[in-house]
Amino acid sequence: MKRILQVLLAATILTAIPAIAQTEISFTAADILKTPRDQLLGEVAGVATNSKGDIFVFTRTGDPSVSLGGSRTFQRGGTRLYQYDATGKYVREIGKGLYGFLVAQQVRIDKDDNIWAVDASSGMVMKFDPTGSRIVMLMGRKPESIDVPQPARTSRNGGAGASQDLFDWPTDVAWDAAGNIFVADGLGANARVAKFSSVGKFIKSFGAKGAGDGQFVDTHSLAVDAAGNVYVADQGNKRISVFDNDGNFKSQITGVGGPAALCLSGGAHPYLYSSNSNPQDDIDSGGEIYRLELNGSVTGKFGHAGKAAKEFGTVNEIDCRGNALFVAEVGNYRVQKITLK
Amino acid sequence: MKSTLPAAMAALLLCAGPAMAQVKATAQGVPDLDYRAVPGFFKPPPGDYPGETQGVATNSKGDVFVFFRAERSRLWEYDNTGKFVREIGKGFYNFLFAHSVRVDAHDNIWAVDEGSNTVTEFNPDGSKVLLVIGFRPPVTAGVVATPHGPNPPDQNYTLCRPTDVAWDQQGNIFVSDGYCNNRVVKYDRNGRFLAKVGGPASGKGVNQFNLPHGLQVDRAGNVYVADRGNARYVVLDNNLTWKTTYDNYGSAWSACISQGPHQYLFVSNSNPNGNPPGSWDNTGQVYKLELDGTPLGKFGHAGKLEPNWQVVHMMDCRNPNELIVGEIESWRAQKFVLQSK
Repeated sequence: MKRILQVLLAATILTAIPAIAQTEISFTAADILKTPRDQLLGEVAGVATNSKGDIFVFTRTGDPSVSLGGSRTFQRGGTRLYQYDATGKYVREIGKGLYGFLVAQQVRIDKDDNIWAVDASSGMVMKFDPTGSRIVMLMGRKPESIDVPQPARTSRNGGAGASQDLFDWPTDVAWDAAGNIFVADGLGANARVAKFSSVGKFIKSFGAKGAGDGQFVDTHSLAVDAAGNVYVADQGNKRISVFDNDGNFKSQITGVGGPAALCLSGGAHPYLYSSNSNPQDDIDSGGEIYRLELNGSVTGKFGHAGKAAKEFGTVNEIDCRGNALFVAEVGNYRVQKITLK
Repeated sequence: MKSTLPAAMAALLLCAGPAMAQVKATAQGVPDLDYRAVPGFFKPPPGDYPGETQGVATNSKGDVFVFFRAERSRLWEYDNTGKFVREIGKGFYNFLFAHSVRVDAHDNIWAVDEGSNTVTEFNPDGSKVLLVIGFRPPVTAGVVATPHGPNPPDQNYTLCRPTDVAWDQQGNIFVSDGYCNNRVVKYDRNGRFLAKVGGPASGKGVNQFNLPHGLQVDRAGNVYVADRGNARYVVLDNNLTWKTTYDNYGSAWSACISQGPHQYLFVSNSNPNGNPPGSWDNTGQVYKLELDGTPLGKFGHAGKLEPNWQVVHMMDCRNPNELIVGEIESWRAQKFVLQSK
């Protein structure tokens, strides 16, 4: 009996260890963006910085609406893209009134400072030049009209991989060193990652709906490391799935909650950041952001769900290009600049 | 047959619900107060027009905030002479269908929008969003049918057509929520859930509401709820424990508690929307009460032309001798001077 007790005790201690090992990283947070009063931020879906430190914010605001009258019902508006300088001073709006801006999902900046915007509802990935004044390339096509009443959310595009660059609620975009483009597609029925050449030519899709290795409930975010490996945040399966550059499943990372936003830092020692974002209807659990080695081991975590400063409200994107992190919060209509200590 | 007809008619009347309710106040012998309107006090910007005026509030400097329904919700600020100062939150994501505006002890401006299911706190000049409680239903849900069925279970952080907001001396936040949840919710100053009473189904008993349509908190922390569908005002203590009701002042559209050393409670027996027969004679007056419900006087009349009013939706009574009144059906705010008694 005594022995059994000891074994039980040891087992308890062992299972407790991973939680203890996740050290809290102390940090400071600042809300530095100075947004013009007539264009206040709504839900902030995306934040990204370029090589100069300019900050790009993709927000669901304005007036998302559908038309009355006409041959069909048309969806329009509701999303805007703002640029700030590194101090948070507002610089300009990009793509005002753009046809593909309906539901902001993510903004990312590539190594050449081109600006990429991903819109979940228009199903489009839009590449702007570094000034934001010109569209360089478009992927996906906005549905011409919407059905009323709205049918249940189903694939508009025939399932995983069938449709090259027609996306179903796409969520994110990333690039490998060769410039190949990876799109997370997405929150709809597709449950895949699509790979394209740097000029947008379809190469392949990988992943499928499900819980098996290399399958997804949803693909909420993705990141590509210097070696070309692809990390996919699958919030529904509560794991990050890792693939090689050709989409072959390699491994999965668990123990980080339901990953909804990923960021891979640069530098000599890159880290992977992953947010266990809380749903908008619950701020009493989750919300923490993990810092991981690329092999999946957690080196620490910070923050929790809430509405106060230093708390996080449904984080949808993390930028980790520089020394500071920028965190986009859907629930709190803000971006926080995070400095880890 | 004869006996079923009246029953059927009674049922029909009941079905009409609070929107058509016309309740003659049972309070007897309440003296009329002397009052006068300040004609043309508010001067909207030339060529622009207010709509249904749901919210009125003043800050400590006497600036007046008017929240109304136009193409979307709009929030206008006037100075203490009625001169137009600025629009706040132009095009803001949460501004869909206005219901209430209030100003807290720090002059922060709070807007309650029953179209977007949100309560938004702005800083005193309206240039920054400080806090959002509730969240707008996701645009990705597409066009949704207006719900007419049974209420879903009420959740801590999901508001459903909220109606009003108030605070106690500690900064705790109280929300009347509202047209579907039939409850009052208490949050801490950072928007974290603390307690609730009522909901989700409506009822007329203790700890039940039928459309809590407005609320205020006195200096001691007691909460006064305009329980519109039940034609009563409900007094709760600071922990939302039921204390008492005042049910003799007609329908219960709106409550206002004045500031200063001696606080008064103003309540409105607003004439019902649609002006059913006899309603101008039976309803429309505002009562001035002691906090314990003792009547001090009444004033005002239903009518289309100034200085009468059409469906008073909200009152500001920071100074108990100067009332600002917002009207649904005449799309205006008016200022009144009350002779103190």
